[in-house]
Amino acid sequence: MAPWSISDQRIPQGRLALVSYLSVVFVVLLLIGFWKLQVVQSGHFADLAERNRVRSIPIIAPRGPMLDREGRILVDSYPSFSIILLRDDPKSLQKSLAQIEEGLGISREDIQQQLEAAKNEPKFQPVVIKPAASAADIAFVESHRADLPVLELMMVQRRRYPHDEMLANSIGYVGEVSPQDMDRSEGRYRPGDIVGKAGLEKRYNDVLEGTDGMRRVVVNSVGKPVRQLDDVEAIPGKPIQLTIDYDLQAIAEADMADKEGSVVAMDARTGDILAVVSRPTFNPNDFAVRIPQDEWNKLNTDPETPLLNRAIQAQLAPGSVFKIVMATAMLETKSPPETMRAYCPGYATFYGRTFKCHVFGKGGHGDVDLHKAIVQSCDVYFYNVGKQLGIDRISFYANALGLGHRTGVDLPSEETGLVPSEEWAQRVYHRKWYAGETISVSVGQGAVTTTPIQLARMIAGVASGGILVQPHFLKNFPNPRVDHIAISEDTVEKVTQGMYGVVNEGGTAAGARLQNIEFCGKSGSAQVIGYDVRNRLGRQREFKDNAWFVGYAPRRNPEIVVAVLVQGGEHGGAVAGPIARDVVKIYYDKKNARIQQQANAEGPDRSGAPRPLIAIVGAQRP
Amino acid sequence: MRDSPHVQDFDWALLAIVAAITGIGILEIYSSTHASGMAGIQWKQLMWVGFGIIGMLVISRIDYHVLLDQAPVLYLFGIATLLIVLAIGHSRFGAKRWVSLGGGPNLQVSELMKLIIIIVLARYFSEVRTDRLTFTDLVKVAILTVVPVALILKQPDLGTAMVLIPVAVVGAFLTGIDWKHAAVGVVLIALLIPVGMNMRHHLKPYQQQRIETFLHPEEDQRGAGYQVLQSEIAVGSGGFWGKGFGKGSQNQLGFVPVRYSDFILAALAEEMGFIGVCVVLLLYLGLILRLVDNAQKAKDKAGMFVVMGVTAILGFHVLVNASMVIGYVPVTGIPLPLMSYGGSATAFVFLALGLVMNVRMRRFVN
Repeated sequence: MAPWSISDQRIPQGRLALVSYLSVVFVVLLLIGFWKLQVVQSGHFADLAERNRVRSIPIIAPRGPMLDREGRILVDSYPSFSIILLRDDPKSLQKSLAQIEEGLGISREDIQQQLEAAKNEPKFQPVVIKPAASAADIAFVESHRADLPVLELMMVQRRRYPHDEMLANSIGYVGEVSPQDMDRSEGRYRPGDIVGKAGLEKRYNDVLEGTDGMRRVVVNSVGKPVRQLDDVEAIPGKPIQLTIDYDLQAIAEADMADKEGSVVAMDARTGDILAVVSRPTFNPNDFAVRIPQDEWNKLNTDPETPLLNRAIQAQLAPGSVFKIVMATAMLETKSPPETMRAYCPGYATFYGRTFKCHVFGKGGHGDVDLHKAIVQSCDVYFYNVGKQLGIDRISFYANALGLGHRTGVDLPSEETGLVPSEEWAQRVYHRKWYAGETISVSVGQGAVTTTPIQLARMIAGVASGGILVQPHFLKNFPNPRVDHIAISEDTVEKVTQGMYGVVNEGGTAAGARLQNIEFCGKSGSAQVIGYDVRNRLGRQREFKDNAWFVGYAPRRNPEIVVAVLVQGGEHGGAVAGPIARDVVKIYYDKKNARIQQQANAEGPDRSGAPRPLIAIVGAQRP
Repeated sequence: MRDSPHVQDFDWALLAIVAAITGIGILEIYSSTHASGMAGIQWKQLMWVGFGIIGMLVISRIDYHVLLDQAPVLYLFGIATLLIVLAIGHSRFGAKRWVSLGGGPNLQVSELMKLIIIIVLARYFSEVRTDRLTFTDLVKVAILTVVPVALILKQPDLGTAMVLIPVAVVGAFLTGIDWKHAAVGVVLIALLIPVGMNMRHHLKPYQQQRIETFLHPEEDQRGAGYQVLQSEIAVGSGGFWGKGFGKGSQNQLGFVPVRYSDFILAALAEEMGFIGVCVVLLLYLGLILRLVDNAQKAKDKAGMFVVMGVTAILGFHVLVNASMVIGYVPVTGIPLPLMSYGGSATAFVFLALGLVMNVRMRRFVN
């Protein structure tokens, strides 16, 4: 027996017992640790396990289409593929970047930037790196499924504007949600989501936007799909029907094709917007996929402002169209009395300054009364009217007729225009109002500015006896606002007679006359800048007068009103008038065709006497 | 008193616990791998268990006194083998731990060193005549331990290297130690932890990363921290009752790292829940308590030290592995004895248990 092995050695029983107790303590501590994870935090970890296991690829809900008032498609969506980058494996992601750069032509920096933007999103949410993948892109992803598992295809619904530029400024466009909107949405939006950015797309985004669904795939630890789970179906966005009439829109677009300006056609009774044109414009299809930065910059800095919706945002001097406000104010206040006459030698002098009539240099209007002043658009007559009315009464009636504030049309970013007053001069410029300014305002020059839609509503308001409706694009627009202003029957009659004369009595828009239709209106040729400034700069194209014409039919209680602005068009009646006429003509052609159809449908027994066409000239005249 | 040891004197209660743990381990290995390319490895594990049992029978036949007599030779043999491994052994999983046995199964020689250190330190401690270890004794124990630790660390195998230390610590505690020395030891270890952390650049990259990951697990989800996180997710999502055998998504879809080996407890926790973990940990507690009982009943101090050496290593394995699975300690590659898949580790446990049986069946023999 070795010397170290002696059997009488005492075994340290106490210390061994201590080791036992210590083991019990350790096991208890371990069990507490497991308890914490498995019982206290099990919900949290179950959630993490589920996210691990299930990869969710969004199914993009199509946006609702936009239809015209007869159900014709103005805007719709079409399916397309986006290439998405899965972020749940940052390591293989970084390794794949070079190959992705080469295969899809997206620079590393771009991808890094997008990953950075999405870094606060859950890891299992992929990032869209290429919207609208081409056939070659799709082939690239399909053929590299094995070595580039971080790429995946996602079916998306892309916006389509089948008529390209038509109605573009009012329809607006869609684009990727901005980081600010994403923050505001409280989790509703993810990076890369498409939302309405302008126009009706923005205004009715909540209706048009659907709810995205989710394709759910069980993946293993290397991201390989193992099993498909039930999809969460996408809920498509709802369609919206607009009040736009495609036929009217088409003729207005065609007439404005080579012009700068705007057309607004509205149902004067309901406020339904029938057609809106703004030129120059843009093609919203360019925005439907990601718009390249330089193209976007170009659109934004273009001096011709194609993104501006001139119908609601161009704030310009209304020119002679404003004389309708003047005539209404004069007849209502009887100051000057309606019997007032003036002699027009082609100019007039007020406060030591000469104010020209538009016929200056070609003689004058001679002896002018109110009717003639409207028909011939005599400036001298209205200078005198304005002098007697004073700026505050002019301002009051202009405001009452809807100028100087928004019409409430259902589009974002409508402008107010400006109706000056003594109070305004004081508030904005801290100076007194000069009486000479009133003379300029009397013919729609000077500080007064309006938008085309305001003028359409104003003229319709006067012709309908003081009923101003809220213009709107949505067919089922809930409770359009109706403003009633007190105008006497006599006033309405006299002013509308004047506007009838403008078209039908050899007035300033005689060329816009329509057979069998009581087409009335008021033209305007508004200076862009004052005569003095213009003469100093020399005659240049951009300083040519803006041509206005606001026409409507029939003379009393109009159905349709059309405001036309042709920037640099110079002659309101001759240039803008025919455009309004074309729109009104199509409106009546369609209406008469409808009535004819109805008559035919009602049977031959009543066809003996032809049904009278509506709005026959003189039908409502005394 | 009988004059020769018999197999009937084996600790059958202990072996029943071992059988239960091994059985659960093999089932979980099956569950973790049946749907993968590794399907069928439970049979290999069963084969290793078979080899282990044969080894256990063999080693129990050789009187542990004979083994202790040969301690210096064994020690030198062990050191020499470790040196050879360092020179010629081939790498697997980034570390040289394996030596090829002429076309046969590869043996992790550091596992052998665990057995040798048990025997060597048992011999050393049993020769101590004083009530307390002197300073010289402590230095000698430290040197005996540190040499193989350093060699294994050089492979590098942090886990196995650390496992040798508890044998010395438990042995010193049982022999008796001056409280001042103990205090110095505790302070030294406490100081060594931050020093070790600061000397990370002396570690292999994967070791550095493991420590980094342990300190900041959320930073790199796909690196080593990913493993810990996935393990915690598996454990946590298992809940109280578990997801059911073969139904753990973390386990079945391969999110749990080496789920059939080092992280088998995570796989089990996911599928069997807290209840399953309780059963397994209580079985291990039973195993440890039963081992301590054998130590208490040993015939001499030498036998006691042998049994407690085995206990120290197995206990340390269970403690560190379970702590790792729930993210309490860094990932060090210490398997769970009897459950983790692996030939050398399984063989070691059975050989170590052979030593315990060896001591037990000789408690009445003179």
